[in-house]
Amino acid sequence: MGVEGIGASVKRKEDRRFITGKGRYVDDIKLVGLIHAHFTRSPHAHAKVKGIDSSEAMKMPGVVAVLTGQQIVDDKVGNLICGWAITSKDGSPMKMGAWPAMAPETVRFVGQAVAVVIAETKNQAKDAAEAVVVDYEELEAVPDIRAAIKRGAPQLHPEAPGNVVYDWHIGDEAAVKGAFAKAANVVEMDLTNNRLAPNPMEPRSAIADYDTAEEHYTLYTTSQNPHVARLVLSAFYNIAPEHKLRVIAPDVGGGFGSKIYIYPEEMVALWASKKVGRPVKWTSDRTEAFLTDHHGRDHISKAEMAFDKDNKILGLRVKTHANFGAYMSLFSSAVPTYLYATLLSGQYMIPAIYAEVMGVYTNTTPVDAYRGAGRPEASYLLERMMETAARQLKVDPTELRRKNFITTFPYQTPVIMAYDIGDFGASLDAAMKAIDYAGFAGRKAKAKSEGKLRGIGVSCYIEACGIAPSKAVGSLGAGVGLWESAEVRVNPVGTIEILTGSHSHGQGHETTFAQLISERLGVPISQVQIIHGDTDKVQFGMGTYGSRSLAVGGTAIIKAMEKVEAKAKKIAAHALEASEGDIVIENGEFKVAGTDKSIALPMVALAAYTAHNLPDGMEPGLKETAFYDPTNFTFPAGTYICELEVDAGTGKTSFVNFVAADDFGRLINPMIVEGQVHGGLAQGIGQALLEHAVYDTNGQPVTASFMDYAMPRADDLPSFQLSHTTTLCPGNPLGVKGCGEAGAIGASAAVINAITDAIDNNKLEMPATPNRVWHAIHGKAR
Amino acid sequence: MYETTYHRASSVDEAATMFTKGSESKYLAGGHTLIPVMKQRLASPSDIIDLGRIKELIGIEASGDAVTVKAATTHCDVATSKTVQTAIPALAYLASLIGDPAVRHRGTIGGSLANNDPAADYPAAVLAMGATIKTNKRSIAADDFFEGLFATALEEGEIITAVSFPVPAKAGYAKFPHPASRFALVGVFVAKTKSGEVRVAVTGASQSGVLRVTAVESALQADWSAAALDDVAISDDGLFNDLHGSSDYRAHLIKVMAQRALAG
Ligand SMILES: Cc1cc2nc3c(=O)[nH]c(=O)nc-3n(C[C@H](O)[C@H](O)[C@H](O)COP(=O)(O)OP(=O)(O)OC[C@H]3O[C@@H](n4cnc5c(N)ncnc54)[C@H](O)[C@@H]3O)c2cc1C
Repeated sequence: MGVEGIGASVKRKEDRRFITGKGRYVDDIKLVGLIHAHFTRSPHAHAKVKGIDSSEAMKMPGVVAVLTGQQIVDDKVGNLICGWAITSKDGSPMKMGAWPAMAPETVRFVGQAVAVVIAETKNQAKDAAEAVVVDYEELEAVPDIRAAIKRGAPQLHPEAPGNVVYDWHIGDEAAVKGAFAKAANVVEMDLTNNRLAPNPMEPRSAIADYDTAEEHYTLYTTSQNPHVARLVLSAFYNIAPEHKLRVIAPDVGGGFGSKIYIYPEEMVALWASKKVGRPVKWTSDRTEAFLTDHHGRDHISKAEMAFDKDNKILGLRVKTHANFGAYMSLFSSAVPTYLYATLLSGQYMIPAIYAEVMGVYTNTTPVDAYRGAGRPEASYLLERMMETAARQLKVDPTELRRKNFITTFPYQTPVIMAYDIGDFGASLDAAMKAIDYAGFAGRKAKAKSEGKLRGIGVSCYIEACGIAPSKAVGSLGAGVGLWESAEVRVNPVGTIEILTGSHSHGQGHETTFAQLISERLGVPISQVQIIHGDTDKVQFGMGTYGSRSLAVGGTAIIKAMEKVEAKAKKIAAHALEASEGDIVIENGEFKVAGTDKSIALPMVALAAYTAHNLPDGMEPGLKETAFYDPTNFTFPAGTYICELEVDAGTGKTSFVNFVAADDFGRLINPMIVEGQVHGGLAQGIGQALLEHAVYDTNGQPVTASFMDYAMPRADDLPSFQLSHTTTLCPGNPLGVKGCGEAGAIGASAAVINAITDAIDNNKLEMPATPNRVWHAIHGKAR
Repeated sequence: MYETTYHRASSVDEAATMFTKGSESKYLAGGHTLIPVMKQRLASPSDIIDLGRIKELIGIEASGDAVTVKAATTHCDVATSKTVQTAIPALAYLASLIGDPAVRHRGTIGGSLANNDPAADYPAAVLAMGATIKTNKRSIAADDFFEGLFATALEEGEIITAVSFPVPAKAGYAKFPHPASRFALVGVFVAKTKSGEVRVAVTGASQSGVLRVTAVESALQADWSAAALDDVAISDDGLFNDLHGSSDYRAHLIKVMAQRALAG
């Protein structure tokens, strides 16, 4: 390992600009003639739009245009799409209602746009938006899953009778039935996975700039995947063909999934920029973010697990209802199916699994992937089941898990996933040691003598990352392949530019990816520039989500590097009059092994570009491209253990300790990995204790600001003790698995398991607010 | 935000005069309630008159039996004031629990009381200690000042100039913060005046805003101890019932927080 190569905790290159306020976000961009958009949004969860009168608004100062949903339909702008086709049990395709970018006829959630005002200043646009008079006829709203599936419930979309998008299943129903028939014990639970608002620090923003002469659009937007945005905008929305649309996602301040999707506002900005002939900007405020950024989770499930007399799991049956909100967002359909039910085997040998998932429409903000996307829901369900089972079977929860661990690899689960490698026992051991699990009983007794309720909770998670093998996801209904591309450019003086289709919005790619180059060439990371987020610079890419950037994007970089090195070695061998096979690369030099003959990288690069003396037939230049399609998912896994105390008087939880033992394969920059785990844990703990996006019975959001939506703050969180156990991923040359989502996937079950242990009551839902915990204690006492 | 005209006053009299000139004037102190409300377009004052730099409105004074906090004194200044920490430590402690550092460095006691948010901290202290609110026109007893949610006895254009707290014999405050806003889900201030009267005020819990809890007061009048409250029943009538606290939970917290305030 070089000082800045693989395994070095070098400081993040990008942080200098971020912490000195020099980051350049979409909202910072100023274009000549820029005007501002503000949307008129529905105050109703469900209503008919009977008419829109914009005559007063048009007269207001600075107003350039007021555009409505009907105009967007008239201009034949396409409806928003969902990119993953799911087939129901009965073989029918999923049933989707139309989603125009602004509602021409019906609004189906509070905050849905019906019109847009474009004015010289944002404030003028806001003033005029208030003067747009919309005549609504209110309809009865369906605010949640239970209401949506009731017989006779109001219908959201005529295409989806009963508000059901699909009724899907996976696994072997008969085998599971057989397993339960011979079970010695059965454990059952009803579980809710609470709805979350993503809340990245930077709200969404878009600037659309139409060039009349070239008939060309540029869209600056807060995207995790600008190429996917361009693809969808051109292929489906009929706004501009790909070669006439450039999408730039500059510095982006967090995404957590919510910036994967193409939203109505970006489409409208593009469409409007041509209509008004000036660059149009829209930036969300926090309230709009709460109302329109797609939410995460929101499942209700019933789970049953069958055990034999030796406490070996025989089978698992799960029935889940997933809330999709009012419309099907870009990847939404895949989240509660292929990203959820395929992980229901967890770390365990479960011979038979059967899961049914019903996706339903409700009059709420659309729901899609949010950090972990489906995998946190699976992990939470399974790990609460395991802990509850241990209590019911009166065995130690770590023993029950260990007894059922998968120990030989590769392992084919009954739900598609084939785990390539892992050592679940090693992570469990490491976490138990870190928290002194053996000493817990003593600590609990001591706490009890002091009048305190202490609990411990375990969570052994596994996730499928490195998303994803294109052929596999294609066969499951995905509309795109999930490979990644990279280009390595060695400039004539030897500096290096890496163009990647991955997109960094907090992950630290500018550092981690540079370290990959440093490792191979022995050059400092300052000599390497990572370029991403611009469809005019990077040829193509699928973006960043699903902990894929290093395992898939990083591997593409390595593949391109291999080509560059091969060519560079040829040039070096030619210059040094040596054989190509004898050239080795060390500290930025190409050396003839075993001699003192060498040529430095800049000289090789210069030779490639001057082309005065290249081997016969060689093309000038030193630049290579690679596309990498993974052969499997990667499977990060680990154990989290949480120890905490509950104040019986108030129901408030305080952490005593939280340990994480993760297996992410090889770590490139351990410090960045730690940061990713800290952030993930904060979100997992946030879900467990604080966060909840709630609607009232009329579909009005009651948590649309930070006054009501509890975001975790630093002092809500413990100081984490992290450690790593390592099995190298055999599926990619770096041996990496991904670390971006693990914390959010594994943490919530550990926390709830600890609280339910402390209060000795398994009936507790997330978020375990003091109010809820107090009731759970109190309900039991009564 | 709607357009507005900003004025900076240099004296209380000047501020009061400026106020009368605008069609819909509002005073501005720390701005930590007013500005967010304006940004959300829920308030649209024609003129805002900044009291924050008026020298006569800033500072803390102690006389033998009272501590006077002038209206534009920030929460931070109250929390860190040696005078307050010595005379009424519970008041300094309460101020230290308000919001976050940014809020405490801008927000003022006058703004907090004029706003009378049902979950704000200061009203509990003012009511429990029987403080006097001084304005540019008169003095108002705490018992007459708070008039329900976001409502006070202040008249149009009236300026709070100071709050005078009689130094209590004993006092304590305990706050159970709302998980999202960190205002009080329930905050209880217990006080025993030098003449021996027990006054207990609760904030955050009631749909009528800050109020005194007579059941707790009479139990503590008989016995100033946490144990004295063990068997006191608190009714959940009229208490808030929402996502973060049902009314029975809030009723329970009133008792628990009162006990902790006694211990603190
Ligand atoms: C994030 C956040 C967290 C907070 N947390 C808490 C908390 O935990 N506990 C808590 O109690 N509060 C909390 N607050 C509120 C904070 O304490 C406010 O600062 C305070 O309530 C208002 O004081 P101000 O000086 O900012 O008033 P401003 O916002 O300037 O004014 C508020 C109102 O009072 C009027 N006003 C101001 N001064 C006077 C005066 N001298 N005479 C007459 N009228 C006047 C104004 O016209 C306006 O109507 C929080 C605020 C924020 C933004």
